[in-house]
Amino acid sequence: MTTNIAPPASAKRPPAVQKEDAMWLQKELINRNYSELASARADNRKVSATFVPGNLNELLMCFDFARSLPETNALQNGMRKKSGKFIMDAERDGQSEDVCTYVKADLGMMMGGEVGPTGDPLPRPDLLLLSYTGCFTFMKWFELIRHKYGCETVMLHVPYQGEGRVAPNMRDYVVRQLKETVIPKLEQVSGVKFDIDRLRQYMRESVKAEDDLVAVLQSAKHRPSPIDGYFGAVYYIGPIFTAFRGTPEATQFYATLRAEIEERIKAGAGPVTPEGEMTEEKYRIVVEGPPNWTSFRQFWKMFVDEGAVVVASTYTKVGGVYDLGFRHDPTHPLETLADYCLGCYTNLNLPSRVDMISRYVKEYSADGFLINSVKSCNSFSAGQLHILREVEKRSGRPGGFIESDLVDPRYFSAANIKNRLESYFQMLEQKRLGGAA
Amino acid sequence: MNYTVGVDLGSTTTKAVVLGEDGQVMGRGITNSRSNYDVACQVAMSEALIHARFSLLDGELERVGLAPEVRARRLSQLERGFRAQQYLSQLRVLARELERFASRLASRSQGLAETVERIVSEMEAETDGLYAEGARRKSDFFRDLAGSRYLALAEEEARRAGVSFDALASLFDKAILEVESSSDAAGRFEDHALAAAAGMRQSDQEVAAAVERIARLELVQAGSVGTGYGRQRLPFPEAQIRSEILCHGLGAHAMFPATRTVLDIGGQDTKAIQVDDQGIVTSFQMNDRCAAGCGRYLGYIADEMSLGLHELGPLACTSSSPVRINSTCTVFAGAELRERLSLGEKREDILAGLHRAIILRAMSLLARSGGVNDEFTFTGGVAKNPAAVGALRLLLAENYGELTINISEDSIYTGALGAALFAWRDVQRTHERQTTV
Repeated sequence: MTTNIAPPASAKRPPAVQKEDAMWLQKELINRNYSELASARADNRKVSATFVPGNLNELLMCFDFARSLPETNALQNGMRKKSGKFIMDAERDGQSEDVCTYVKADLGMMMGGEVGPTGDPLPRPDLLLLSYTGCFTFMKWFELIRHKYGCETVMLHVPYQGEGRVAPNMRDYVVRQLKETVIPKLEQVSGVKFDIDRLRQYMRESVKAEDDLVAVLQSAKHRPSPIDGYFGAVYYIGPIFTAFRGTPEATQFYATLRAEIEERIKAGAGPVTPEGEMTEEKYRIVVEGPPNWTSFRQFWKMFVDEGAVVVASTYTKVGGVYDLGFRHDPTHPLETLADYCLGCYTNLNLPSRVDMISRYVKEYSADGFLINSVKSCNSFSAGQLHILREVEKRSGRPGGFIESDLVDPRYFSAANIKNRLESYFQMLEQKRLGGAA
Repeated sequence: MNYTVGVDLGSTTTKAVVLGEDGQVMGRGITNSRSNYDVACQVAMSEALIHARFSLLDGELERVGLAPEVRARRLSQLERGFRAQQYLSQLRVLARELERFASRLASRSQGLAETVERIVSEMEAETDGLYAEGARRKSDFFRDLAGSRYLALAEEEARRAGVSFDALASLFDKAILEVESSSDAAGRFEDHALAAAAGMRQSDQEVAAAVERIARLELVQAGSVGTGYGRQRLPFPEAQIRSEILCHGLGAHAMFPATRTVLDIGGQDTKAIQVDDQGIVTSFQMNDRCAAGCGRYLGYIADEMSLGLHELGPLACTSSSPVRINSTCTVFAGAELRERLSLGEKREDILAGLHRAIILRAMSLLARSGGVNDEFTFTGGVAKNPAAVGALRLLLAENYGELTINISEDSIYTGALGAALFAWRDVQRTHERQTTV
């Protein structure tokens, strides 16, 4: 079944912001998921909540769940300038200043009633599916929601790749939990019987979208890069990292996106940014760490103003490290789900992350790499200084370090970040000129 | 003759360094930064040019065959005469503004204008003494010099004439702003230098002639580069603005060519910079989210203790058993300070602890930037503070062993020197290009 996606009639293009066609399509998809969530009760559908890393979207679809992703809700609220108030509400409710701001933005939103980022109703979940435990905060997050709202919960324990690889017993352990705990719970909450062939069918779609996504992300190896692999790519990863992986809509979105990017390569065009198309690619940068959402456009502009294009990033791998070869495998559906969860970016040990970033610097011919460190996100930030030194040593390219936050507007100090970035880019320039600058 | 200039617009002071055609330092100038950055920049530059003309004058006097000791004496005499003339020029603007503000209050405050007039004429009469041979001045900033005399005299006058001291002090606060925001209050080099020369004995006709030659020498600005916290506000085109990281790195390298690690503690940021053997920055770290541990921390402590900023270090150096201060937050340190005082701890011991606390923050930043490599150069306003330097030496030895630690007398000018060198290199490059064509 193919669903045709027409560009949204309602989305009027404000002249100040430029987007690629696929970006409008992406927005439409994300909004569509919010409307599905809004009508879930009326449509007699159960609502699940699950996190982006290790999300079992294909499996949840087998049980007809409407799918809500709390981090996505938090970042959408961040981009819509709503998160500041939610965070303060959560702090008033007893959450401390150092708690992950995604958690506080979500709790604050839920305290305000069943309304989501788009203003549509967002029902409280019937089921909390914790399918990735590499982020300990995720577990505590759902525990808080369960405590407050009494939701059903199911947890899939995912062992850490401490040795830098997935051992067979790790995979078996996850598969056993899927069979014995997760699937029975999903059946019980949804009232739908599990059909493994349905899962296989979704996975066939996933693979197509995954192939196209990788082609899009790797297009940044071209000079000039036709995409921004961080700021621009967060739009690209939206559907596949959330409720659309395994759907024909996602397959179609990624095919459209890929075709569009291939056209850009042919035309020798640079990335499209909210400020317009970038005409000069002065610096090619790899970025580690999540972006700041509350000042996303301003943050991006700081790069654009300096002629800096992000050619690769680790954040765009949080919902699947597809570029290193992983694909969902319809012939081994449960094993592949296990591998997917075990292979989350933040489930990789430090040497693997150092390898990956060093490879990016080399393969994408980057001039340097930057770390955006978010203090309240330990999954990412623990060990980042070690990563900085190691990648510098391995790649011979200079690293930069800035600090901001995910969705707490109080922790984005524009003047300081701009200062660091300018200094960093000028340092690259000076190195290039060998001291003659 | 041509010169290039670098300006470092800091949060506390603005510094300028003038280089001659050979790239050697000719002059340095410093002034308080204020809300009007353009004026701060103008004043620092004109101070640096004054200093440059005195350097040229020194060369000129050498050329006419004056013995070194005679030359030094004449130059010092001239400089004091010059400064006295400059002080009088600023005092005239101050008097005019005081009078203007006093006249507005004439109906409410009887005798205010007359009192102000008496204070000013007393200050005028004191000028020669202020700049007499061997006279000590706590500061060379007009605000500090005139301010301390004005307030002392105002106190006497208030007691004697029964005029409100607060009213007199508030008049000064208003008037001094006008003096500081007027870039021509300090007058012209030519006028002051000639007046100073005229004030010397007749037998020094040779000196007077040299002064005249130098005063009439045309100095042409061939290039300029701005840097510092306020660099976006500098009246320079974008291409002539460099980050303070690069400027400090290059400036430190120019002062001490074997420098590999630079620590700069300025008013509101601390920078740890690694440079290579060409003075090119290879890595850097700055305080991001919080300004604790910067120069302002000391300013705050000085205010809390009702001491002058320059008095803190020497007082802390007299401590025999420093107190351990744990708060890294400036405001908490203030609270800790009051508590310690109330417990009867000695002021010098508390101050020694506070200086150590600042340096501990810097040590953490240094570690983040890649550690400390020999030689180590300490710059910025805080490098003038003996207690901070003492704490730094101790901690460096404890953590990194034996090192060469460089601190220049002119360390406050490091950023401006780096900027001036960038400007000089730009000029050289343009010149080379023109000669090749």
